[in-house]
Amino acid sequence: MSEGNEEKPAFYVRTAEIVTAGGFFAIGAIVIFDSVRLGMGWKEDGPQAGYFPFYIGAIICISSLVNLAAALIAAVKRNAVFVEVGQLKLVLSVLLPTALYAGVIGWIGIYLASALFVALFMRWLGKYPWWKVAAVSVGNSVVFFLVFEVWFKIPLPKGPLEAWLGLN
Amino acid sequence: MDEIQSLMHGFAVALTLKNVALMFTGIILGVIIGVLPGLGGANGVAILLPLTFSMAQAPGGTTSAIILLSCIYWGALFGGAITSILFNIPGEPWSVATTFDGYPLAQKGRAGAALTAAFTSSFVGALVAVIVITFLSPLVAKFALEFGPPEFFAVYLLTFCAFVGMSKEPPFKTLATMMLGFALAAVGTDPVTGTLRLTFGSTHLLTGFDFLIAVIGLFGIGEILLTLEEGLAFKGARAKLNLKVVLETWKELPRYWLTSIRSSVVGCFMGIVPGGATPASFMSYGVARRFSKDGSKFGTGMVEGVVAPETAAHAAGTAALLPMLTLGVPGSPTAAVLLGGLLIWGLQPGPLLFVEQKDFVWGLIASMYLGNIVGLIVVLTCVPLFAAILRVPFSVIAPIIMVICAIGAYTVHNSMFDVWMMMLFGVLGYVFKKLQYPLAPLVLAIVLGDRAEASFRQAMLVSQGDMTVFFSNALVGSMTGLALFLLFWPLLTLLLARLRGR
Repeated sequence: MSEGNEEKPAFYVRTAEIVTAGGFFAIGAIVIFDSVRLGMGWKEDGPQAGYFPFYIGAIICISSLVNLAAALIAAVKRNAVFVEVGQLKLVLSVLLPTALYAGVIGWIGIYLASALFVALFMRWLGKYPWWKVAAVSVGNSVVFFLVFEVWFKIPLPKGPLEAWLGLN
Repeated sequence: MDEIQSLMHGFAVALTLKNVALMFTGIILGVIIGVLPGLGGANGVAILLPLTFSMAQAPGGTTSAIILLSCIYWGALFGGAITSILFNIPGEPWSVATTFDGYPLAQKGRAGAALTAAFTSSFVGALVAVIVITFLSPLVAKFALEFGPPEFFAVYLLTFCAFVGMSKEPPFKTLATMMLGFALAAVGTDPVTGTLRLTFGSTHLLTGFDFLIAVIGLFGIGEILLTLEEGLAFKGARAKLNLKVVLETWKELPRYWLTSIRSSVVGCFMGIVPGGATPASFMSYGVARRFSKDGSKFGTGMVEGVVAPETAAHAAGTAALLPMLTLGVPGSPTAAVLLGGLLIWGLQPGPLLFVEQKDFVWGLIASMYLGNIVGLIVVLTCVPLFAAILRVPFSVIAPIIMVICAIGAYTVHNSMFDVWMMMLFGVLGYVFKKLQYPLAPLVLAIVLGDRAEASFRQAMLVSQGDMTVFFSNALVGSMTGLALFLLFWPLLTLLLARLRGR
């Protein structure tokens, strides 16, 4: 992708508004569906479990429809940019590694995962020399280990590395 | 003067070596949290809440725990001003109005004066609010002891309708996020009948959504993603703060006494009525600009333009604890997190707290006085240190904040599922912020959802499904009426504007 594309819009506000309103409507519909299953009326011992959530779901659906309508009307007049290509790239370059990070914590433990995550960030986005990358990423995990495991005695997820070091 | 006596007792509770040390720790942590992008009062307290679980089990430990957490909150309130003035980046939403005059002042080389004015007026605002809390909260609590389920539901209704009526965001968007919060709160076991709701067979959802996870994701991850759009570098003014500048600014400040009083009143009012610190700071800035004789120069770097929003924001942030303590209804997301802490420690917020937990309540109120004095000293002496944190490049600080958020989310229930939920809430927070869906009502609805529902259903049980129970006496009737008025306020203003336009 060339430099000139960076300021092009990736999504318009209109699209984002419509998708969000649709999402709200779907959630409202799910809530209504489950409330009806549970019973949304009255029994001899009072309101049933679905009584309150049913109205919550109904209000979500109604307000999402109003928001959808507002988005469709306003869009005719002006259609602002929701996010530019360059901005989206930056956001995704943080979001995707973070999602990956959250995914691997369960396997390799939070300390190793955090060290790798910080290192990746510094090297890739910050272009730091390796020795700085290593110092900060390892130091960060060591500090967290001391604070949580040693001082506050709060166990965090650990993996094979900690087992090998005998720190479990 | 029962209050004075209780307060003196509170000082005796708060003034132990351990508690004063916790105050300093809390304030320093709080300022750091307030300065860092992506960490603020609400999610900062949420992340550190699990650290207090073991602390609260010791005798008198709940008081120490609340002192630590509330001081983090005061620190974050102070810290927001530093980034606004030096970097033109509001660290907290309530510091946005501080950037209007604070940053121009810093550009003119008067950063020290702006910072001193901000900190001092924050202190004044907080002090006024604490005095209000000291004398008003016992009265409110006594009054609320008489409340039954319909009255409590009316209070909840008033809280949520105030959000619709008073927020700057489109009313139907406020309604949508608020109801989403209620729906998330409903997930899990029904508090009245014990039936499973909205779990769809997932074992992870049995206990429902924890609002702490939502707070960390929405305000933490979401905020970082937003900051990223602006690029990776912060450019800021230098902070030079020495005794001479501080004293010179203090000499100038008494001139703005009227602005201070006005802003404190606006702040206290907006904090008690759940409007929150952010609208309070804007409103106070607007009022000051209208009434000041230099009103036209606002925005070019006026000290008065820093005094007004900071006083109001701090007053509102502090006053938000009044309804939290006396009624169990928090006025801001951070107050909601503190309320969550009380519940986890096994305390029941509400009017009975003033009867059953005198040490806790008055220890907390006394610590508010002390904490803000400690805060003023810490920020005035350590500004360059805190500003240096922001010079750490974003590519180092961002992943570390992400790691802190992940650890914070994990430690709430020791569950990996929560970390993934946090990521999801982070993306939601990013999209909602950009589309002007307000986050505060969402968080408050998750916190209060179960309790609001329980009081509604109890009221309905008593009245056998008759809605007129919410108008059955003058007290509950006027609260419900006010709530409905606030709910339809946006519609009314629209109609008025139409009529006038003709």
